[in-house]
Amino acid sequence: MGNCAGENLRRNRLSIAIISGFALVCTLAIPFSAWAHGFAGKRFFPTTFKVEDPFVSDEFSILFSNLKEPDAKTTEISIDYSKRIIPNLGISIGESYLHQEFAEGGSASGFGNLELGAKYQFLTSAEHEALFSLGVSAEIGGTGASRVGAESFSVISPTFYFGKGFGDLPESLKFLRPFAITGVIAPNFPTRNSNVTFNADTGENDIERNPTTLTWGFTLQYSLMYLQSFVKDIGLGAPFNRMILVTEFPMETCLSADCKGKITGTVNPGILWIAKYIELGLAAQIPINDRSGKSVGILGLFHLFIDDLFPKSIGAPIFH
Amino acid sequence: MKLILMMVISFMAFLSIFPETCIGHAFPDHSDPNVGATIASCPERVRIWFDGALEPAFSSIMVHNTEGKMVDKRDGRVNPSDPTLLEVSVPQLPAGSYHVFWNVLARDGHRTMGDYTFVIK
Repeated sequence: MGNCAGENLRRNRLSIAIISGFALVCTLAIPFSAWAHGFAGKRFFPTTFKVEDPFVSDEFSILFSNLKEPDAKTTEISIDYSKRIIPNLGISIGESYLHQEFAEGGSASGFGNLELGAKYQFLTSAEHEALFSLGVSAEIGGTGASRVGAESFSVISPTFYFGKGFGDLPESLKFLRPFAITGVIAPNFPTRNSNVTFNADTGENDIERNPTTLTWGFTLQYSLMYLQSFVKDIGLGAPFNRMILVTEFPMETCLSADCKGKITGTVNPGILWIAKYIELGLAAQIPINDRSGKSVGILGLFHLFIDDLFPKSIGAPIFH
Repeated sequence: MKLILMMVISFMAFLSIFPETCIGHAFPDHSDPNVGATIASCPERVRIWFDGALEPAFSSIMVHNTEGKMVDKRDGRVNPSDPTLLEVSVPQLPAGSYHVFWNVLARDGHRTMGDYTFVIK
């Protein structure tokens, strides 16, 4: 009986060793495989201009913006780098350089405040072409130049992101399947309620309240790539077969202080072109009211897919 | 306004000089039968050309009929002499709508998937 039990134990160990060895060989034989940035099933979500991406990825962006605002004509170049720690969790760092020509005369240039962020993509549905993320970002007060409006206090923004493609529409609506929406909702909490400055003319302190605001925005996209590849080949050639038509609606509502209830924002119709390693974009910025701007501005996007450029080194998650 | 016009023209000029071959993460380039096409007779094979080389061991293609039954000859493969071509043979199929499903792994390690339909009259 004892010999039989020992024999069974040896056989079990041998079986486990063979299965483990086979599994190890299979694992090593499979090439590194990953879903590329911004995919939910067959849906590719591009990086957009002002409304932040709903997905986590390794990417580097340069955004050029020019807009005549009520107080100044502002030209801004922003850079943003995002890095995945694990496949669904990433961090980001962003900085911008601004040049402002004031309506009252004169001009100023300088860096804005440093922005840091973290994002977790907690749900991805391939079947429904949907993805959802939660994150938090912080504008670090005092790291930029006050002459271009960089505040001395920080702003913390917990954020909800979403993206949804319409590929699950019925066959009768197949030409609507290339549509997708993405969006973001984020309250922005200042770390200081008010700024107090001494007014030499009156001899009293001036108190300026720092409002809590709500960033909300969405994009409406129509992917010519999706149309060509999954719905109907209508014979589009390069570069049109890699384009996505997009209109952004980045908005901000003031929730407190003197500006309570007031909305600022722009409508940004544009085009995006997707290549193997880069994405390019061009859009107009149309202010929705006088508080948002005085004339049509422009946006230009240059974006690098770091995970495609360096898939096995700096473009891969640190832990995967 | 001049600045905007210049940027639009420069952008379109920049796009137009990019060769098509450098585009994509193993996205389909074209197919036979075409995506969404209505054709008069049954093809011998369903073929999809991608814009990048595929990993043969981890790329697949299937053809289903409207009942969801697989109707291809189960010999889907990446063409040995053209690593961008994914193909599968089909028997003489009757008139009807057919659904092509594909799932590929590009050489850079990124997976993409998709599907489309075509109709035989």
